[in-house]
Amino acid sequence: MGTWEFYVTKLIPALNQGLWLSVLIIVPSALLGVTIGVLVGAGRAAGPGWLRTIFNAYVSIFRGTPLVVQLTMWYYGLPSVSRFLGLYLEPLGLPAFTWKFLILSPYAASVVAFCLCSGAYQSEYIRGAILSIRKGQFLAAESLGFTKSQTFWSITAPVAIRRALHGCGNEIIYLIKYSSLALIVTVLELTGRASSLGSFYFRNLECYLLTAVYYLALVSLTTYGLHRLEKKLAIPGLGQAKG
Amino acid sequence: MSNVNLQSGPSGRDNNSQDGAGADAGARNSRTANARTGRPLLEVRNVSKSLGGKLILDDVSLSLDKGQLKVLIGPSGSGKSTLLQCVHFLTPPDKGEVVLDGQSAREMGQKNICAFRQEIGMIFQDFNLFDHLTARDNVAIALRKVKGQPKTAARVRAMDELERVGLADKAGLYPAQLSGGQKQRVSIARAMAMEPKLMLLDEPTSALDPELIGEVLNVIANLARGGMTMLMVTHQIGFAQHLTNEILFMEEGRIIERGTPGDLLGENSGSRTALFCSRLTELTGR
Repeated sequence: MGTWEFYVTKLIPALNQGLWLSVLIIVPSALLGVTIGVLVGAGRAAGPGWLRTIFNAYVSIFRGTPLVVQLTMWYYGLPSVSRFLGLYLEPLGLPAFTWKFLILSPYAASVVAFCLCSGAYQSEYIRGAILSIRKGQFLAAESLGFTKSQTFWSITAPVAIRRALHGCGNEIIYLIKYSSLALIVTVLELTGRASSLGSFYFRNLECYLLTAVYYLALVSLTTYGLHRLEKKLAIPGLGQAKG
Repeated sequence: MSNVNLQSGPSGRDNNSQDGAGADAGARNSRTANARTGRPLLEVRNVSKSLGGKLILDDVSLSLDKGQLKVLIGPSGSGKSTLLQCVHFLTPPDKGEVVLDGQSAREMGQKNICAFRQEIGMIFQDFNLFDHLTARDNVAIALRKVKGQPKTAARVRAMDELERVGLADKAGLYPAQLSGGQKQRVSIARAMAMEPKLMLLDEPTSALDPELIGEVLNVIANLARGGMTMLMVTHQIGFAQHLTNEILFMEEGRIIERGTPGDLLGENSGSRTALFCSRLTELTGR
């Protein structure tokens, strides 16, 4: 098989399928990651003490351990927990899903691992953005009779979103690339496809080079989108790129 | 309730007698207003506040009649800003009462304190405009969110208020695009849009370049002439003494002198206030 033929009939179709699966992992993980990040970040910056303790523990666990370890636990580790739970829950006559739900599909395990890890990092950016808002802004809102939640939604959130946008965008770009780890739980996304084709045909260089181009395209597209969003949200004097 | 009223009687009279020390036209006007409603608009009774273990306010009492402007001066760290924040319940006092138009802030409870605060406008030394909103939306946002007005009505009202401070043409600009004087005028428009019963001004011109002070003082003078009740912390004594009939001098958390500008600042008055103000003028060369 010639190089060109291999590209057109094998590699590109396989990578395109892998790309689709990658996008299916990245998009929900990014959205859930940002959502978790906003909730946890806001809780850590402005929540009550007990909530802060819980969220701090979450962040230190998920930022403090390798993603590969987390992903492996979700996929290969949880079934053991499920079996253990089943031993106790089955005699009680409970339906099987009460322990079987812990057995995750490769896809589900990847999304769970990625959004929880991403959320921990996102929460740091959100928290920093909220804490960077000057105290006077809150004082002014309070003096006008704003309640705490009115202040949060009308004053804190719009400013924090803009301040956090750089960091959150950065984290999404990381996520695009660490989504490739899904390959270790047998998801045939972009990198998974490259790996299996590369070793099957002994064409690792081409397979991984083209895969790199696919990732570069994904990241460039995301960067462009984030840049557009940043421009759209830009407000004079709120710390965006100058000029 | 009745207890509180019994206590307020003597202290209210006490304040009035100090007003009486220098009766001029303004004081007489405010007293007729007082006679109509039967009570001062604002009463601060025996307020004390400690912050970080240090006594910042030590048993401070004052009262303001409707339409009256009182000026609060004193060295830095004497508790002026804390007093304003206590009046606004942004920093609830440890002891004492703040009563606005017959409503005690303490009795309103946590839930209604926001309603109490709506009645009082606050002007900050460093403006504290909302950085992410245009001048117009800075004025409109509290009307929409706090008072629940529809967007268009709030914006129309905001434009009226900006017009009053001479900034209608800057409505679309963000705080970062405005000069200090313009920012302070927007913040006055923002406070006035809420139709407060009382305005508290915390050194409104201290953060401004000298050439921008005039435009802000003009707006404040207009408010005073329009009958706004105001308590103003300022070092612009030359300006303030033409608008007020009572100066309160604070030091170490207490009001140690009060009287008309004539009494406190007159030659040979020998007052602590006059000494302080003469030092200010020495420093600024005015």
